[in-house]
Amino acid sequence: MTQAGHVPGAGTPAASAAERARRDMLRDARVTARDGVRPRIGADALCEAILLQGSDTIWGYPGGVILPLYDVLVDHPELRHILVRHEQAASHAADGYARASGNVGVCLGTSGPGATNLVTGIGTAMLDSVPVVVITGNVPNALIGKDAFQEIDITGITLPMTKHNYLVRSADEIPHVIAEAFHLARSGRPGPVHVDITKDALMGETKATHPSVAEIEAGLPGYKPKLDGHPRQIKLLAEAIAGAKRPVILAGHGVLIAGAERELLELARTAHIPITWTLLGIGVIDETDPLAYGYMGMHGWKHVNRAIQSADLLIGIGMRFDDRVTGNVRTYAPKAKIVHIDIDPAEIGKNVVADLPIVGDAKHVLDALLPLVTKVDPATRADYFAELATWRTESEGSSWHGSGGFREGVLSADFVVDRIAAGSNFDANLTADVGQNQMWVARYGSFRRANSHLSSGGLGTMGFALPAAMGAAVAVPEKVSWAIAGDGGFQMTLQELATIVQERIPVKIALMDNKKLGMIRQWQEIVYGGNYHSEQLAGPDYLKLCEAYGLPAWKVSKPEEVDAAVAAALAADGPALIWFEIAERQNVYPMMPAGKGLSDLIDKWGDDGEDVTEGATGPRVDPMDPTSGGAK
Amino acid sequence: MAIVNNKPGVLNRVASLMRARNFNIESLAVSVTERSDTSRMTLTIVGDEVHVEQAAKQLYKLIDVLKVQDVTDESIVEHEFALIKVRATKRTRPEIVSVAEMHRSKVVDLGDEAVIVEAVGEPTEIDTLVELLREFGIKELVRTGSVVMSRGSGSIEEQVKR
Ligand SMILES: Cc1ncc(C[n+]2csc(CCOP(=O)(O)OP(=O)(O)O)c2C)c(N)n1
Ligand SMILES: [Mg+2]
Repeated sequence: MTQAGHVPGAGTPAASAAERARRDMLRDARVTARDGVRPRIGADALCEAILLQGSDTIWGYPGGVILPLYDVLVDHPELRHILVRHEQAASHAADGYARASGNVGVCLGTSGPGATNLVTGIGTAMLDSVPVVVITGNVPNALIGKDAFQEIDITGITLPMTKHNYLVRSADEIPHVIAEAFHLARSGRPGPVHVDITKDALMGETKATHPSVAEIEAGLPGYKPKLDGHPRQIKLLAEAIAGAKRPVILAGHGVLIAGAERELLELARTAHIPITWTLLGIGVIDETDPLAYGYMGMHGWKHVNRAIQSADLLIGIGMRFDDRVTGNVRTYAPKAKIVHIDIDPAEIGKNVVADLPIVGDAKHVLDALLPLVTKVDPATRADYFAELATWRTESEGSSWHGSGGFREGVLSADFVVDRIAAGSNFDANLTADVGQNQMWVARYGSFRRANSHLSSGGLGTMGFALPAAMGAAVAVPEKVSWAIAGDGGFQMTLQELATIVQERIPVKIALMDNKKLGMIRQWQEIVYGGNYHSEQLAGPDYLKLCEAYGLPAWKVSKPEEVDAAVAAALAADGPALIWFEIAERQNVYPMMPAGKGLSDLIDKWGDDGEDVTEGATGPRVDPMDPTSGGAK
Repeated sequence: MAIVNNKPGVLNRVASLMRARNFNIESLAVSVTERSDTSRMTLTIVGDEVHVEQAAKQLYKLIDVLKVQDVTDESIVEHEFALIKVRATKRTRPEIVSVAEMHRSKVVDLGDEAVIVEAVGEPTEIDTLVELLREFGIKELVRTGSVVMSRGSGSIEEQVKR
């Protein structure tokens, strides 16, 4: 169940009368158990605290020290526990749940290996500022520091990759720590918070009550996210906009986190400014909007990067000018005055020098800015927009998207992504994996609404798609949840097929099988002079695999089969998979080689128009067969 | 300098952050403040202005950090404490004592073969003293790292919002 209208950052949702009654009930220090009434223990307080925060799902996996929690779950039926097949998937599912709904995701593992398996997902959430609360059990207090069975210094491990973490040793601390963890995870710049709880704390009896938001805030004197931008800076921004001839908006994840899409659009419309977006900013604007100009960066659209390079004013909102966005910073946007709006002061000046920094929440800053912005008559920007339109036609025409991915006998990845999006009425949540597939989703997913694109941007975690799409499907059941994964990434977490079948989570999987670590192959081709190694990837017969796991699957190798398969997968009740045998050597173009600048994009079509599907039409390499040539 | 919560693990958080962000800590002094629930850390970080500013901002991201003040360009009192064990003989002892006295420091232990000099002052003053004592032979040297306080009535502790 999603919580309608909940704004991340707004603290605990306002308590209704029913909510308060429930809270009072929960505050009673006794719990109704299967056979009568038993004392309330730390594990009960943990379940109550999670529910009170508006989260209703835990993605978890049991183990010795966390068993006291599993012993009481039955007494908290409103809390759904979903058993995954690997803790990494639990952390990605909680992450996907959070990205799709804005609500905090919760995952759980036991001490030692359970906890270390969660680490990849914690790092993924950290780099993408996703609110997740991670709970691990730890050995009894007396064994801490003794190298006990399954003891590892997990708080030491998660310290640098969480917004904050805790080691809880007594049941009485649990209500406060959990409430604080949720508060930190969702407010300010969101992020993962890890709570490690010893077995004694889970088992100890407790009467501790759940704190109010005010009590939580009072306990955090060092934590005051700055929401409002400085009025003087905002005024300067309004003036800069009025004076600009070639302004470009760079919108990032922060706009979505703040829920500032409407304000962003209003700014763009009032001052007639094109909007471009980062990977995690996809969905800040309906891509069919006339002011939506496109996706920027290393594999972004050439016209978008061109607009950035020629801009006189860049307005970065809720983004961090990371290296995938700027390329070489010395050649980045040489003519532009750079405005940087971000809630995290440490982002400002970290990667590029901002001429006009504004620390604040995107929504607050835009709200304050809008009344100061002078209306710009589109006619005065006619030349600028005409040039942008020409660039766009050129760049789209030079790609498969513009020239038609539908080529005789070739199943191109961009075409598949386009048909998935269209077949789902441009209303599904698309979760990408990492590699070429991720870039194809970003470029061709044609997104129309906020939070409909999920992607591991910062950490670039292969194996993300299936478990995160699982989280999205549970968080937002009214939207179709697609996992679009490469054959490499899919094989990293495919054990979760069992989870979606057992729990009937209706994830639709698009397996983009190029029988390669495609992005590795692309780099070896372009950057390492064709010296291929370890890029050929054997995989199973995915139809048999799905049959074994018990979910319907289709295999598609020709363009004309795509639409029917998408429709069939969507019509299937519950999870389904389509095995797309896509062109084996299609590259993602354009491409900015690492260390180069935005103006140094390689665009194969632009250069010699060579058909990059040669591998698909030439002799096929069977990755299962060691005697078949390979790419060398 | 920073005011932080006086809780277990906070020093680890600060040190871990500095390591992860590639800031090199030249010196670090930690002690409890006027209030027992907070501690004060004085960190000396070498780098250009942007570098130091970034370090301060990163520190602020730690939930347990309550207040950070970059005093690079401010009017401050900066003092350090040092103990120096100097090789001595009957003949050199008086000389060592007079060097120490000329530099606002004193001899706190007088042995037949070594004396311990205690010095308090600005780091550069201590550098000078160490340099002079080196002629006699230094057996051991310990320095606390700088502690600083801004001049005037301003107080970093009073600026902590509670
Ligand atoms: C966990 C992890 N390991 C390694 C990588 C490095 N890597 C990035 S893309 C890629 C290839 C991905 O292959 P596949 O999943 O088949 O996707 P494709 O590029 O073919 O679409 C690799 C190995 C990564 N991002 N994540
Ligand atoms: Mg692949």
